[in-house]
Amino acid sequence: MPIVEGQLSKANKVHTEIFKNYETKDKSALIPLLQDIQGIYNYLPENALKDISVFVDMPLSRVYGVATFYNQFRLSPLGENVIKVCRGTACHVKNSANILIAIENELNIEAGQTTRDKKFTIEVVNCIGACSIAPVILVNDDYYGRLAVKDIPKIIKTYSKKTVKKETGKTPEVGAA
Amino acid sequence: MVQLTINNIKVNAEEGMTILDAAKTVGIKVPTLCHLKDLFPSGACRICSVEVKEHRGLTPACAFPIYEGMVVETNSPRVRVARKTIVELLIENHPQDCLICVRNKNCELQDLSETYGVREHRYVGEKKEHAIDISSASMERDPAKCILCGRCVRVCHEVQKIGAIDFTGRGFTSTVTTPYNKGLNVSDCILCGQCILVCPTAALREKSTLKEVASALNNKNKFVVVQVAPAVRATLGEEYNMPLGTDVTGQLVTGLRRLGFKKVFDTNFAADLTIMEEATELISRINNGGILPMFTSCCPGWVKFIEQENPELLGHVSSCKSPHEMEGAVLKTYYAKKMGIDPKDIFVVSIMPCTVKKFESNRAELSEESLHDVDAVLTTRELVRFFKIAGIEFSELPNDQFDNPLGESTGAAAIFGTSGGVMEAALRTAYYKMTGSNLASVDFEAVRGANSLKEATVNINGLDINIAVVNGIGGVKPLLEQIQNGVSKYHFIEVMACPGGCINGGGQPIHQKAEKIQKRMRALYQIDANTKMRNSHENESVKILYKEFLGEPNSHKAHEILHTHYTDRKKILNS
Repeated sequence: MPIVEGQLSKANKVHTEIFKNYETKDKSALIPLLQDIQGIYNYLPENALKDISVFVDMPLSRVYGVATFYNQFRLSPLGENVIKVCRGTACHVKNSANILIAIENELNIEAGQTTRDKKFTIEVVNCIGACSIAPVILVNDDYYGRLAVKDIPKIIKTYSKKTVKKETGKTPEVGAA
Repeated sequence: MVQLTINNIKVNAEEGMTILDAAKTVGIKVPTLCHLKDLFPSGACRICSVEVKEHRGLTPACAFPIYEGMVVETNSPRVRVARKTIVELLIENHPQDCLICVRNKNCELQDLSETYGVREHRYVGEKKEHAIDISSASMERDPAKCILCGRCVRVCHEVQKIGAIDFTGRGFTSTVTTPYNKGLNVSDCILCGQCILVCPTAALREKSTLKEVASALNNKNKFVVVQVAPAVRATLGEEYNMPLGTDVTGQLVTGLRRLGFKKVFDTNFAADLTIMEEATELISRINNGGILPMFTSCCPGWVKFIEQENPELLGHVSSCKSPHEMEGAVLKTYYAKKMGIDPKDIFVVSIMPCTVKKFESNRAELSEESLHDVDAVLTTRELVRFFKIAGIEFSELPNDQFDNPLGESTGAAAIFGTSGGVMEAALRTAYYKMTGSNLASVDFEAVRGANSLKEATVNINGLDINIAVVNGIGGVKPLLEQIQNGVSKYHFIEVMACPGGCINGGGQPIHQKAEKIQKRMRALYQIDANTKMRNSHENESVKILYKEFLGEPNSHKAHEILHTHYTDRKKILNS
């Protein structure tokens, strides 16, 4: 069945532009398509998943299943500030588990989620290559190393005051899938 | 042929067989969980692990093909320990509520625990927690009980080709669920319940209406009547260890009377009525240039599917209500009037092989003067539970007969419960209506059997009528595409959502016995063959109903009471 215009969502113009680079019903295009869509929105909106499901001719449940399987995909938009908490081996040895819990408690969200005011997103990454200053977190482009749990509230306060100008069209790198 | 050794037994097996199948030929049972016969092996659960000489690790018997000279050990200490550990790990992440579980004593996890002698809790850890999805009218989803074998996912995707549920997330958080973990009621699910039939635990089950039925039976002001679908009589005996395909009609009637139903009617009566209406509708569409091909509308799963997927083709679906809804409608109009009962006081219960029928009976379209045609639907399994609570020893029951006038039926109605049956019954009557005489031989072998698509051309009065029977909703898409592209050659298409038809419906007894479809089918064809009258138009009670009440098939009155309309559900789901 050819793709009928009515089957795609309202944002279809953006999506059809991306679909032009792929074959209809090509199931192997699923992951590259998800990456392209995330490249535009910084996350995967529901209507985009529906459009992809029609385009590759796969049930929405399977598209959703793939999108939730890989860490690189995100189903909710990012906050203004992205906090990446390193949970690699060196940081783990240096108590990064408690750093993560402290951040989660401070923001009242869990890893992978975004605060209601859209200010912060917490992401867990596996290593950011700064083991010498473990435990380390990365807020936007700023590194904070040799952290203790008591440092967390202060760091978050600095960012909740200022509004960071968000770069668009760029997918922040997330820990490999 | 390939020669191999399993547990020191020399086995000659066909090339391409798996270890599992080869072991079965010599009476060796290898346990399985994720394995589904006739589908591509997934090898996910590892419970079928066996030792193969020269293989370093254990080998999954369900997925590994045999080869010449292979030496297999299915019962070594290493195998037993591995299997037991798998079971223990599954159990420790599973609610320990067998005593109050609907699948108690019919649970594959419970069986495995018993088989491998698990007697203690060796692993303690975090358990998954999930809310139960009770959003749909027919089914409940309890992901906490899910052991992630994936059988439901594969049936939904590969057999039914719906794909309402799938694995989401990964590792400890992986769950079988709908997109965005929404309720089944707003998913692509058609509620056919094929997933329930393959679920090893109670993660998927029907939504029970036993309480409603029991309280109606206790209400002195209610005239509670019951009707039984054709497919139930061919399967109920299985729950009482009778051989597959035992016809238990007579005992079933007695059992229902003992439960306290005032009258026990037969949905087969309404099946005959459906044929009168549907065959007339078909002939009028053919003669008057109506929309063709016409689809049958007996299967609510199929109706829900086309409403969701291709609402633009709804004009192709017959406007006839499904038989049990017709029976309910006639009970609350004609019968109520005849017996002098207020239709408000009649409570109609349908015993159905089907989960979607629960959803169907709630549809607003299916009511007379704001009274539902059918008030409650019980599946075959729920009926068995009801008999149990009531202390009815089913196997000991004497035979009895359905009440009239809504209990008389012909052989054509009996076969409604199997794929191809509605088509065959409709052809018998359509032939009579177009030629004025009955068929010399009423058996249409071409539409019988287990193929997923059955086709035939029937010549009636010089007119070639092309028919198709879709056995299982998974095969319907190509036919819909033909219609969309304007190249469909068919006049009449029967669709049943469950492979095999209602005899393999989502409300039927749960077990994985081979040949269940064939044997249940045979039982219904046997009932048909043994019946004196085999054409729906010969049903005397139906004739009287038309004479006294409806006039003639497709009359204005018949349309009011026996026909319905459909809803564009795609719009609803996408809004």
